[in-house]
Amino acid sequence: MTNKKTIRNAGTFLLFGGPSVFAFFAVVLIPFLFGLYLTLTSWDVRVGDHTFLGFANYVEVFKDKVFFTQLWFTLKYVFFTVAIANIAAFFLAFALTSGFKGQQFLRTGFFTPNLIGGLVLGYLWQLLFSQVLPYVGEKYGWSLFETSWLTDTDKGFWALVIVSAWQFIGYLMIIYIAGFMSVRVDVLEAASIDGANGLTKIRKIILPLSAPAIVICIFISISRSFLTYDLNLALTKGGPFNSTELSSYHVVQKAFLSNEYGIGQSEAVVLFAVVAIIALTQAYFLKKLEVEE
Amino acid sequence: MRVLKTTIYLKTISLYILLLVFLFPFLVIILNTFKTTQQFVESPLSLPTRFSFDNYGKAFKDMDFITGFLNSSMITIISVLLIVLFSSMTGYLFVRFNWKANSVLFYAMLASMTLPFQALMIPLVVIYGDLGLLNSKGTLLFMYLGFGVPFAVFTFHGFIKGVPLELEESASIDGSSRARTFFQIVVPLLKPVMVTLIVLDTLWIWNDYLLPSLLLQSPSMRTLPLSNYGFFSTYSVDFSPLMAGLIMTIIPVLILYLILQKHIIKGITEGALK
Repeated sequence: MTNKKTIRNAGTFLLFGGPSVFAFFAVVLIPFLFGLYLTLTSWDVRVGDHTFLGFANYVEVFKDKVFFTQLWFTLKYVFFTVAIANIAAFFLAFALTSGFKGQQFLRTGFFTPNLIGGLVLGYLWQLLFSQVLPYVGEKYGWSLFETSWLTDTDKGFWALVIVSAWQFIGYLMIIYIAGFMSVRVDVLEAASIDGANGLTKIRKIILPLSAPAIVICIFISISRSFLTYDLNLALTKGGPFNSTELSSYHVVQKAFLSNEYGIGQSEAVVLFAVVAIIALTQAYFLKKLEVEE
Repeated sequence: MRVLKTTIYLKTISLYILLLVFLFPFLVIILNTFKTTQQFVESPLSLPTRFSFDNYGKAFKDMDFITGFLNSSMITIISVLLIVLFSSMTGYLFVRFNWKANSVLFYAMLASMTLPFQALMIPLVVIYGDLGLLNSKGTLLFMYLGFGVPFAVFTFHGFIKGVPLELEESASIDGSSRARTFFQIVVPLLKPVMVTLIVLDTLWIWNDYLLPSLLLQSPSMRTLPLSNYGFFSTYSVDFSPLMAGLIMTIIPVLILYLILQKHIIKGITEGALK
């Protein structure tokens, strides 16, 4: 009797869970564990070397100055992208929830960049930065635009920040709008009757009450901007002289150009740990604020 | 009252102007697809003097747009269907059968959602390379299934928890099998979640560049982002056809967006708030 039941249960499990659990194991779980093993070896496809090294790869990553320069570059990029995108998205969402004709159309419009992949967007902006803006700069004598931003380290940095923020704004705006919707309309009306103006309303009512949306938006924008790859590839290709390589772009380049899988995977693991720590810490502290409000 | 109306009017107009500035990059590129490369380089901001679709024709041919479009469509549609079908079944399994293995698997999937793709790509290339499974669309579909499953199972799990058991119980008394009960009674209720997942997964897979770039080597297998990359690498200074290629890549998604914008925005919101 129990045997029959076990067989039937196993059948149900295989039917309902089989394909997806198998794919999950084969694509996520096993590669993840194998990846951790890779970091402990000198895996190199060219020479077929699989020697076990212990933690030597990690030691090498931590000794690598280039890795830390890029990590610092990435941290700055993440900081400015997250700050600019969130502030702009917040105010945009505020303006687009005041209830006027056409706000749905405007929301749709601002969201458009999100439908398009980073590679295509990157190429679009690459042409703007390398062809259109220098033309404008020369014609009107604006020295800021006279040379292409993409051939300069500092300006290349801001090009990456601007394009990323431009893409994130619409997405974050949608989440902020959803957050504002949950702020009860009667609370806002009561505040208006009491004579609160736009800014006071934002500071005293909307900001505290939409704290959950802020936590989500910052979390999403941090984790997404740490993983920027396509945009970096299409916009600057890491140049000039690898000075605008974001960590996540560098990890890909390192692994597949130099074929050093052991070291490349160790960098990926360290990067993943950094992202996880930063994203979770900010969520923890912001969540605490939320409770105190 | 009149003052109030004017302020609203002014605000609306300034928001429309802001949108125009915001979308200016698209507008400039679209305008220039109708010019020759020389006209674009000499005066990128002038209006085109004629509406010629030469650049689109050239991009269509040289980028092999049809191949890219068909590959992207096929890969996106099949992957999304597989993810939605298998994940809904697994979500159901995890909610209705209180086995230890199920809850262990569920938490393993939940935890895996924090893993970025870059932390998995090297082992994937090593493992599937050793098995000789790279450069295959089938492998790509399978990987999208594996990457898509955790979030989809989590989303279905959350929804199915709220579905009352009574509906299914009466069906099983009538002698309906588990699978039939699931497809006839549970699946119709899952429609809103399915729409959300279809939207999110379609945008992800259609636009993905990194995974197909690691897996697919032969030009005949290229998806649209790969075609764009190849096109930019070979025609790096003939800008006008390049721009036409970009716009042609964008148009299918844009059409989908115009038709389904309500579902897309709702799907994105729900996906993010999960």
